Amino acid sequence: MSSPKELLYTRTHEWVKVEGDVATIGVTDHAQSELGDITYLELPDLGGEVNGGEPFGVVESVKAASDVYSPIDGEVLERNEDAIAAPDVVNSSPYEGAWLIKVKLANPAQVEALLTPEQYDELLESAGSH
Amino acid sequence: MSSDASTEPVVKTPLYDRHVALGARIIPFAGWMMPVQYSGIINEHKTVRTAAGLFDLGHMGQVDVTGPDACSFLQFITTNDVSTIEPLHAHYSLLPNEQGGVIDDIIIYRRAENDGYMVCINASNRHKDVNWMHRWRAERPDLDVTVEDISDKTGMIAIQGPNAAAITQRISDRDLSGVDYFSWVEATVGGVKANTARTGYTGEDGFEFYTAIDEIGTLWDALMESGANEGLLPIGLGARDTLRLESRMPLYGNELADDINPLEAGLGWAVKLDKGPFVGCEPIAAMKSTGAPRKTVGFKLTERAGSPRSHFEVQVGGRSVGFVTSGAMSPTLNENIGLALVEKDVAGNGKPLEIIIRDKPVAAVQIKTPFYKRDR
Repeated sequence: MSSPKELLYTRTHEWVKVEGDVATIGVTDHAQSELGDITYLELPDLGGEVNGGEPFGVVESVKAASDVYSPIDGEVLERNEDAIAAPDVVNSSPYEGAWLIKVKLANPAQVEALLTPEQYDELLESAGSH
Repeated sequence: MSSDASTEPVVKTPLYDRHVALGARIIPFAGWMMPVQYSGIINEHKTVRTAAGLFDLGHMGQVDVTGPDACSFLQFITTNDVSTIEPLHAHYSLLPNEQGGVIDDIIIYRRAENDGYMVCINASNRHKDVNWMHRWRAERPDLDVTVEDISDKTGMIAIQGPNAAAITQRISDRDLSGVDYFSWVEATVGGVKANTARTGYTGEDGFEFYTAIDEIGTLWDALMESGANEGLLPIGLGARDTLRLESRMPLYGNELADDINPLEAGLGWAVKLDKGPFVGCEPIAAMKSTGAPRKTVGFKLTERAGSPRSHFEVQVGGRSVGFVTSGAMSPTLNENIGLALVEKDVAGNGKPLEIIIRDKPVAAVQIKTPFYKRDR
């Protein structure tokens, strides 16, 4: 199953949808599969800052708590309150129902460092994803 | 993933290929490649509570203890009273160390009259336990007893859940309805000779089966087939952990350790100080008379937060009072629950705790355990 074509990706298994100067970030299907049943989301407050390469939140599953990373710098415009209330949406709909935050891009050039769907799928292949 | 301190090569149970074929996620556990989940931990957990689940327990260890002084030997190295186990019955016990801490928790099965005992031990402690038992056998040359590690010859699986008995009975050569909790029989199940014990680690009805190792696959297949129309699913270690936690069953390494006294762990009921001397009885008796300084309590979070997990700090009013031994989002209760080992002055149902999760105190309240009890 190939990753959605309209999105970009990170090596740490987040997806990014860029629309103008707003980036929407979530975790990929591979990530939710690895994590298992998601039980809790910790996301930043509106107006908070995210920094490229740093964790902006936590996705908890039954077995572990995992950091979620932002590939880009920016200000949090929105966060998905529905997903916070029902975190299992990350498992059932990682690319749509489970967008996590929307960020106003502080540095749009950072988007160029993101992986294309093909590059991300290749990354999964070579890592022997199951 | 969890770090494994064992230097053993990582091995597979006879059922490994089946787990892979069933789509299991495999992880190393106590030196074994084990399924942590198949269809998902929450789904598997709920299936055991409402239908039935099948567990590969090939990683567990088994030790034969035989000879005229088998009972006396076990009496000397365990906390519970072995002399009260009737033939074809079993009990839960602890292997204490000389400081009154715990080396392992075990189930001791007594065979038919004079045929000795089989002790089931944790995978993570197998070699530690066997070495310990050999050491004490050598220190008691007055006892005529033989201790043999039979783990490599013994296959083990469990079926647990409200439908477990029916699924098993359907393919059993004998009536199992008389096999009460903590008793066992030699039965033929799915054509396989199996010591069939009404024991388990989930809080549900069910059986644990012990077979010759080369027959365990046949038994697994027969039970999977028998249970196919009753919702039987294979269950991984992830759900095994959440199930036992809800039932307040200890996990060695969490609630039990070398430096945790049985009385602090809430397992005084498995300690019979009046049975005669045993390894570690003096420090345990001393703690009994002065009172245990720490207590293992159940709690639930009272605010929305991540889950409590093993070794998270516990505070009361900003003061550190202990640590979480086990914690998880309970699939049955849909609440974050846990057990914590805390100073006795803060312990008590209804009293507050703060669980430190990612450096922030999260409000919790102590509650009665077990967190879940099945309708009998």
